[in-house]
Amino acid sequence: MSHSQARVVVTGLGATTPVGGDVASTWESLLAGRSGVRKLTQEWVADLPVQIGAPVAVDPSEVLPRVEARRLDRSAQFAIICARQAWADAGFSGKASEAGLDPDRVGVVCASGIGGLTTLLSNYDQMLASGPRRVSPLAIPMLMPNSPSANVSIELQAQAGAHTPVSACSSGAEALAYAVDMIRLGRADVVVAGGTEAVISPLPIAAFANMMALSKRSDDPTAVSRPFDKNRDGFVLGEGGALMVLESAEHAAARGARVYAEIAGSGMSADAHHIAQPEPTGRGVITAIRKALTDAGLSPDDIAHVNCHATSTPTGDAAESVALNAVFGDRTPSIPVTAPKSMIGHLLGGAGAVESLATVLTLHHGLVPPTANVDDVDDDINLDIVRGTPRKLDDGPLAALNDSFGFGGHNVVLAFRRT
Amino acid sequence: MASTEEIREGLAEIVNEITGVPAEDVQIDKSFTDDLDIDSLSMVEVVVAAEEKFNVKIPDEEVKNLATVGDAVTFIEKAGS
Repeated sequence: MSHSQARVVVTGLGATTPVGGDVASTWESLLAGRSGVRKLTQEWVADLPVQIGAPVAVDPSEVLPRVEARRLDRSAQFAIICARQAWADAGFSGKASEAGLDPDRVGVVCASGIGGLTTLLSNYDQMLASGPRRVSPLAIPMLMPNSPSANVSIELQAQAGAHTPVSACSSGAEALAYAVDMIRLGRADVVVAGGTEAVISPLPIAAFANMMALSKRSDDPTAVSRPFDKNRDGFVLGEGGALMVLESAEHAAARGARVYAEIAGSGMSADAHHIAQPEPTGRGVITAIRKALTDAGLSPDDIAHVNCHATSTPTGDAAESVALNAVFGDRTPSIPVTAPKSMIGHLLGGAGAVESLATVLTLHHGLVPPTANVDDVDDDINLDIVRGTPRKLDDGPLAALNDSFGFGGHNVVLAFRRT
Repeated sequence: MASTEEIREGLAEIVNEITGVPAEDVQIDKSFTDDLDIDSLSMVEVVVAAEEKFNVKIPDEEVKNLATVGDAVTFIEKAGS
């Protein structure tokens, strides 16, 4: 099925991640294979079964004024930081009307996996300690999962709609798919889209650890997240996020905007299998990949690179390899893939956004960042994993996929094309 | 009991902490909404912080009557006496 819908291009990028406080530093770290995973130093880690994580490289307190920051959950702080970067990178300044845009044609889609959980917990602690009068009047506006998208819409005067997809670890990618649809459906010309997450805190760490989802290794923190490796045993919790400015190709061309890449299509499916376990045959993932290719008007042979979801769990990484082999067949071992979670950990609702940003830059610069810690590729993985140094891609028109999967069986695959 | 000026200074510290408005701008004749740009949520923060600082109770139904810094100082003086 081909379609005559508007083409959607990426014209601005913003990020704050465990390996960099902006896009340039994040990209440089990914190319260098530099890990952002660290031993956590907060006093509350002492009793936890997992004491490592991937906090953002630049704390938001170093970027945002104190008074602004205190009214925002950390996840919304990340969103505001990313939005300002992406907006400026796209060549806009000030609010939409000041930037020469019609506010009613500018939208926001900022995803979250878990919302303002740490705001909820700190207010609960405050209530138990000092009574209900001491619960902050800002608690609800800060903890609601739509707070990042709402705050970005206020910041930019984006009035076409502000949306918050929630699909666990695929939320950030789902936000980009939703934004593409907004533009294709004619609801907006410009959409700021992506996702953030900020839940490095005792309860989520204990909860993920008790799910057997986190690695409990306590050796060198930078070696713990090891997607596709024989000795992988769970993911590392990260934080941060990314937002991109998406525009209809027509709108971008009319203002002479620089274009990083096109988001050519998306594919989504639900496993309908288990609330946390991946479906082992990769059935849902295969469906999502095929839908993305169809939506983008691409064939499997067009795909030159896959940015994998690969969280470093034993079953998830294996199921992704199975799915990619089912779609790409004999060509699978010649498609370079990478797994950014080896360096940034798992950003949950921010993961699909940051990793899509990496996919966009991979096409833009023609370089696939390496995957860290793949010392011994597992027998059940049949993929060409880029390791050690970046891999150069061919010049000319190329397409790439980003995989994102979430607890609950959500599968989101995005197809990007070099313009 | 704190003097009128001490209460104003205490409120100014609270307003500065919550909104970033310089403490010297928080004068008796200033309106919380129009002059100090304090929205309804921040006003509740100011009130709760003032209750703690001056050991008084400011009922929710009173908050709407506290239009200016002077209104709040007067209320706190009465409530504390």
